[in-house]
Amino acid sequence: MTAETPKIAKLDAEGLSLKSVSLWQITWRRLFKRKSAILGMVILGILVFVALTAQWLAPYPPTLSMLDANPPQNLDKRSAPCIHLFGCPADQPQHILGTDGNIRDEFSRLLYGSRLSLMVGLATVSFAIAIGTVLGALSGYFGGWVDNIIMRVMDVLLAFPSLLLAIAIVTVLGPGLINALLAIGIVSIPSYARVVRASVLSVREMDYVSATRALGGNTNQILFRRILPNALTPLIVQGTLGIATAILDAAALSFLGLGAQPPTPEWGSMLGAERNQVFTAPHLVFYPGLAIMLTVLSFNLLGDGLRDALDPRLAHVS
Amino acid sequence: MTTYILRRLLLSIPVLFGILFATFALSRLIPGDPCRAMLGEKATDAVCNEFISRHGLDKPILVQFGVYVNEIAHGDFGRSFRFSKPVTDLLMERLPITVELAVAALLISILVGVPLGVISAVRHNSWVDVLTMLWANIGVSMPVFWLGLMLAYVFALALKDTPFQLPPSGRLSPGILTTPFYDVWGLSLGSGGFFSTLAEFISRMNILNSVLSADWETLGDAIKHMILPAVALGTIPMALIARMARSAMLEVLGQDYIRTARAKGLARNVVITKHAFRNALLPLVTVIGLSLGGLLGGAVLTETVFNLSGVGRILYDAITARDYGIVQAFTVVIAIFFVALNLIVDISYAYLDPRIRLN
Repeated sequence: MTAETPKIAKLDAEGLSLKSVSLWQITWRRLFKRKSAILGMVILGILVFVALTAQWLAPYPPTLSMLDANPPQNLDKRSAPCIHLFGCPADQPQHILGTDGNIRDEFSRLLYGSRLSLMVGLATVSFAIAIGTVLGALSGYFGGWVDNIIMRVMDVLLAFPSLLLAIAIVTVLGPGLINALLAIGIVSIPSYARVVRASVLSVREMDYVSATRALGGNTNQILFRRILPNALTPLIVQGTLGIATAILDAAALSFLGLGAQPPTPEWGSMLGAERNQVFTAPHLVFYPGLAIMLTVLSFNLLGDGLRDALDPRLAHVS
Repeated sequence: MTTYILRRLLLSIPVLFGILFATFALSRLIPGDPCRAMLGEKATDAVCNEFISRHGLDKPILVQFGVYVNEIAHGDFGRSFRFSKPVTDLLMERLPITVELAVAALLISILVGVPLGVISAVRHNSWVDVLTMLWANIGVSMPVFWLGLMLAYVFALALKDTPFQLPPSGRLSPGILTTPFYDVWGLSLGSGGFFSTLAEFISRMNILNSVLSADWETLGDAIKHMILPAVALGTIPMALIARMARSAMLEVLGQDYIRTARAKGLARNVVITKHAFRNALLPLVTVIGLSLGGLLGGAVLTETVFNLSGVGRILYDAITARDYGIVQAFTVVIAIFFVALNLIVDISYAYLDPRIRLN
């Protein structure tokens, strides 16, 4: 009896016990073993919190000029940050990050900007994943001329440097946040289509797919129930990293004046509007850029962490 | 090898057609009257009628596409209404500046990124490794326009009157002039020929031109102006290259033949440079090839920030002025350029790895 106990314990350690552990539980556990992934999640958590509570955290509405505040504040344009704790005279109104070119509170605008940034990332990537998945699945499942046509179109999209194609699309559609999102979404379709196509190709001929077909499953069932779930993990990784790129590209378009239009508190356009003032009011350039960088960094760290955590080749690590 | 190159060349033809079709479609999707979109709101009816018949805009859409492809094949990208000169001339003026910037950025990113990645792999988990990876993660997350502005602030204002002061904009200081190298050499090239166009193109790259004409003062000034934009533009590819160099090296260093090489008593440096690094080159070429597209897109932002009158800057101006002719032409040219670069990258794979060309 005593001789058998360690054997059972060993089986447990190898994950062979009856209690099943799902892929997501394993992934979650592995994710928490990586310091960089934790850092990414912490930054992202703070961002989501700020985005959800911006209206309570922000001292002023994001588009309110301080001249119209109650009581009106007679401040200069682009006044330097004033924090009472750090010795700013108490008779001056407190603006943690100063005010911008239209005498609006930079800190409030920055807080509200987190909403747009997250929205931009999620919206473009969901759009691109939805279309990319359909195209990639059709391409991989049917093969032949369907595959040829779809993948050649994707090749053409990939032949343009992505930011440039987005610029060309927005120039035609006209500037604006929605058009910028559409442009970035279109530009990022090919990478998802390729990921899904590759997964579909790898499982299309598997026995369990043939079994479903033999049991009378229709194309829908085979594609959506049997094949596509296999593409989920690479899509999650690609999507998380894709959000980072989408946020960067959207900020770049807004910086060029093609994305969000003033007075929208969008980080890229806030930075773009004040870029000529970098020598006189560097805080108006520094903080929006820092915010973009931290947001992008959090998705990059999380994406890298997820890629490692979901990689079955690294199974022995956990 | 020749068959491989030929096959790759043939494969890129449909892509080129796709690019032409996509830009053609974009130009036809511009809201409103195509003539006034291309020539500006002030174009008169007479000018517009002439424009419409010349470009076949009154003909079926496929014929229009044929006319468009034919024009581009003859190097005719139309005229810019704001500069009132052919777009091709503008391209020849501006492209050298962008090429110079992109090459400088790529050189910086390779010369810094590769050694950093290799050292991180060799000293896996040391402080060098941790710092490099931290820097690489931050590097890929930075908006290039923000980095550019911050560099300009630090090196032009915060470090003013120190030896590290660098100019925040422009290509040369006022008063510094360049003479085309062919004038210095006393060559007369005539005009219009292939060689004169090439010589003019090269002479517009300040750094290369001043080296060729042995003008060291201009060279120093041109390099000083190039440092900040090139560092800003090169940071993202640098981070990507460092990461890729590290992971490729880590993979190779774990192979049995590396252990064999060490076991037979080879010097550590020989093992790293000859046995390991050469085998890590292929993924590196891939990532360098992939970052070229980002480099061309980033050039638009970098040139805007640093007031460099390259392709990116003119594209930005054209967007704000709604000069569609330029946007369309430059998108085509940059995309074709990008396809050509990818072709070169693919061919260099085949050169580096015989398995690819034999497959």
